[in-house]
Amino acid sequence: MLEYVPKSITNFFLEVYGLYGFTVAYFREIFKRPFEFKEMIRQFFQIGNKSLGLVSITGVIIGFVLALQSVPTMSQFGAVSLIPSMVSIAIIREIGPVIIGLICAGKIGSSIGAELGSMKVTEQIDAMEVSATNPFKYLVVTRITATTLMIPLLVIYADAVAILGGFLALSIVGDETLYFYFSKVFSALTFSDILPSTIKTFFFGFAIGLVGTYKGYNASRGTESVGVAANTSVVVGSLLIIIIDMIAVQITTIIS
Amino acid sequence: MDKENDTNIKQISKEGIVIEDKNVIEISDLKLSFGNNAVLQGIDLEVKKGETVVVLGKSGTGKSVLLKCIVRLIMSDSGKINVLGMDVLTLNDKELVKLRTKIGFIFQQAALYDSMTVRENLEFPLERHENLDEDEHNKRIEEVLESVSQKESIDKMPSELSGGMRKRIGVARTLILKPEIMLWDEPTTGLDPATSREISYLIVKMQKDFNVSSIVVTHDMSCAKIVSDRIVVLKDGKFIIEGTYEELSKSDDEFVKSFFEEV
Ligand SMILES: Nc1ncnc2c1ncn2[C@@H]1O[C@H](COP(=O)(O)OP(=O)(O)OP(=O)(O)O)[C@@H](O)[C@H]1O
Ligand SMILES: [Mg+2]
Repeated sequence: MLEYVPKSITNFFLEVYGLYGFTVAYFREIFKRPFEFKEMIRQFFQIGNKSLGLVSITGVIIGFVLALQSVPTMSQFGAVSLIPSMVSIAIIREIGPVIIGLICAGKIGSSIGAELGSMKVTEQIDAMEVSATNPFKYLVVTRITATTLMIPLLVIYADAVAILGGFLALSIVGDETLYFYFSKVFSALTFSDILPSTIKTFFFGFAIGLVGTYKGYNASRGTESVGVAANTSVVVGSLLIIIIDMIAVQITTIIS
Repeated sequence: MDKENDTNIKQISKEGIVIEDKNVIEISDLKLSFGNNAVLQGIDLEVKKGETVVVLGKSGTGKSVLLKCIVRLIMSDSGKINVLGMDVLTLNDKELVKLRTKIGFIFQQAALYDSMTVRENLEFPLERHENLDEDEHNKRIEEVLESVSQKESIDKMPSELSGGMRKRIGVARTLILKPEIMLWDEPTTGLDPATSREISYLIVKMQKDFNVSSIVVTHDMSCAKIVSDRIVVLKDGKFIIEGTYEELSKSDDEFVKSFFEEV
């Protein structure tokens, strides 16, 4: 029976099932001792440290370009003064989380996938297991927790930087002052813009960590599978972010 | 490299080793397949306390898989494995952890944690299983490095070590929990003859100093000659012959002869 189903479809469901199993195991293990705090804190730093530069540059450019692009159109309607609120809402609600999420899926997801993949291939994960340490706890739980908590921080930081980038653009083409720019930004933003988009970034972070660790932990034998693990971590991670975003937008529209 | 320690290792011989008449490992009718690939097809093996058994076999015959079954890194399909009086296949997680701390596993490629220094590699199992105060902790680390003559590597990263040094650190990392049994997966493969010999003598030293029982998987006959109390030969998923190095070297079996030809 099963051989009539195309391989790609069975693989897809096996993948989903595998990720589901990993999620269940994560929630089962996270509340058990030992907590591996040392490794978790190391991961926080690693993730933040590795992505800060990239996230900063991306943030500034997004805000800068978005503001600059809007000037010609908005000036036709005499609505240049609306640009700060438009830019900040667009960034906070959608552009910031999604773009930073995708960038982190590339940067962090691939490095987790490659790291765990090479540990798997060189039998380091087996070595942990026979030295009677739970490698799932030490490697997987710490990393998923770290991405889940760090991605939202990175997104908030990137949002701030992007809004600043918007100011940069407007102060170059026009005569926007910092004070007026930010008073427009803050009067436009409401709690209902910030909260849902922040909640969704926790899910982005979870997805990035989950996929990276899953792919790395389940890398097959042979060195080429390290590359495969890194690569598929990025692909599947990015896809999940888009899907989560779509679902999140649906939910927020229904609620509000 | 530390000259004095090297010569120390070289002088070790098999004399004065006590093998007790008590099985620490008992395997019977062990079977395992990966899909259509029947790797192990009924393995029977007993290892006595203090004994070193060498497993010979061609590449890809399932020697590594056999070792991994003993610590349940791979679950076998059927058969019985009894280690130190515990039935490996039915242990719960807690008991399995307890058993694994008594077994040292030396991986084919050493499997050092490459994001950690040598010291951290050694601390990793120690911190998790023994509650030592700082002095004892440091003393234990020095002791095990001393016994593999690698004291000077303590603050290096694994990537800075040579193949032979990595193997030794791998040994040190398993020694740190004072195992009763050691499983060596091709300890000398990829090393030059002199370093291979040193590692072989290291295996004998472990047996002598700590009375550990070992299974050594290898195709290196000079290693087998130095370390073995008994040799078993794996072919087509079964052990086809067993005996001492002397006995097997006189065997008429073509397959067995092929191992001795190189020497
Ligand atoms: N996890 C696994 N999944 C599927 N097949 C495996 C797995 N591990 C080993 N095998 C297969 O089992 C067989 C035996 O492998 P094993 O690594 O035990 O060989 P070996 O005797 O140790 O060889 P070598 O001397 O080259 O290390 C091989 O055919 C290998 O492809
Ligand atoms: Mg092998």
